[in-house]
Amino acid sequence: MLDLKGYGPALAEGAVVTIELAFFSLALSLTLGLLGASAKLSGSRVLTGVATAYTTLIRGVPDLVMMLLFYYGGQVAVNALSDYLWETREIDFFFQFDPFISGVVTIGLIFGAYMTETFRGAFLAVEKGQIEAARAYGFSTWHTFRRVMVPQMLRHALPGIGNNWQVLLKTTALVSIIGLTDMVRVAEEAAKAERMPFHFFIPVAAVYLALTAGSELFIKWLDKRANVGVVRGN
Amino acid sequence: MAEPAPLICRDIHKTFDQLEVLKGISLETRKGDVVSLIGSSGSGKSTFLRCINLLETPTSGDIIVHGDPIRFKNNRKGERIPADNRQVELIRARLSMVFQGFNLWSHMTVLENIIEAPVNVLKIPKKEAIERAEAYLNKVGIYERKDYYPAQMSGGQQQRAAIARALAMEPEVMLFDEPTSALDPELVGEVLKVMQSLAEEGRTMIVVTHEMAFARDVSTQVLFLHQGVIEEQGSPDKVFDHPESERMKQFLAPKF
Repeated sequence: MLDLKGYGPALAEGAVVTIELAFFSLALSLTLGLLGASAKLSGSRVLTGVATAYTTLIRGVPDLVMMLLFYYGGQVAVNALSDYLWETREIDFFFQFDPFISGVVTIGLIFGAYMTETFRGAFLAVEKGQIEAARAYGFSTWHTFRRVMVPQMLRHALPGIGNNWQVLLKTTALVSIIGLTDMVRVAEEAAKAERMPFHFFIPVAAVYLALTAGSELFIKWLDKRANVGVVRGN
Repeated sequence: MAEPAPLICRDIHKTFDQLEVLKGISLETRKGDVVSLIGSSGSGKSTFLRCINLLETPTSGDIIVHGDPIRFKNNRKGERIPADNRQVELIRARLSMVFQGFNLWSHMTVLENIIEAPVNVLKIPKKEAIERAEAYLNKVGIYERKDYYPAQMSGGQQQRAAIARALAMEPEVMLFDEPTSALDPELVGEVLKVMQSLAEEGRTMIVVTHEMAFARDVSTQVLFLHQGVIEEQGSPDKVFDHPESERMKQFLAPKF
């Protein structure tokens, strides 16, 4: 049996932090991705410009730089806002920009940019006739979006979402650098203290592998459901 | 008071960029009319049909559905657009369209395709919509396929499902945009048969078609379009047997 030298519970807690971080970041990135793709396809020059600036900026800056920027910069911004609100309106507003929030915001923003491109491509892949039929039968724009565009788009988006999710999950390891006690951070401390890097990092690697492999199965299942009504081949 | 005409179009023009595709098309229907729009590719017949339910916005001209004129306004760029999107949605719900490429929603079963608009646009209770859908599926002869997805059926079956979807709206006028052009030759007959039975029931239909036998035998009115104008118009007898325009004579002449 694997002897974790008493670090077992801390590692398990770290794994939970990793998973929570990944899920919150995923939720944020999916939301930003849908908004970003809708903005890019809206036909409005202002919205398209904002979304393009967002994806260009995010995709062009290293994840680690962004994370440090949000962690240190985020707290400075909160402090400044807090001072301003207190001095001008006597509103008491403050919160600690902790590593977890920084992590979710950073990873959510980064992957929101990738999701924007995934969703944009998927929306464009929906056949025009499908949307035209919806219009011809008196559907409102919202009804067309919800009942025709989104279900059909998802089919095209799922492989991309799955890919982004796997990379996102692995990116959470970066958050250990800004002091969040995720699984990686705990393993790092344990490995240093016990001088046994293999002993602690291999189990961590195995947990990541199990998570990514498990999600791959789940995405395959989702993909099958989303592709109901599609005949493959020919 | 006499019931208003199902559909009146007056002097419809349509210009895409510099190209004038429709140069003043007018059409008046009575209840039970079957109007065939014929002409070679590029004559503007499909564009005219798409102007009727506002899939294309006519550059000028009036469309009056059952006495209700569609209202237009100009946008900031000076282009003509419908004034009231809600009115357009309501009018589209009364003019159901059958497409050349079927355009059944591929993620829904046949039954789901047919009840989607009645339930969500016409706000009919779901149970009633299902009963209605099943009756029309029976009518077009594919009741047993109601739980299939479109991709699991032949083209002819898909087009019959699309016709059932159009019927379930109980529309004022049915618009058919080359409904048999995408079908294998051996499947054309089953779709034309369904359309003929609808005509016999007295449904008002406007059909863009290349099926001359259908136009001649089933329609009450034939419009022959050429380069965006009506070259010949009238009863099938007049248009096919006593055409006046040179173009129509050429169009009918046997070709090899």
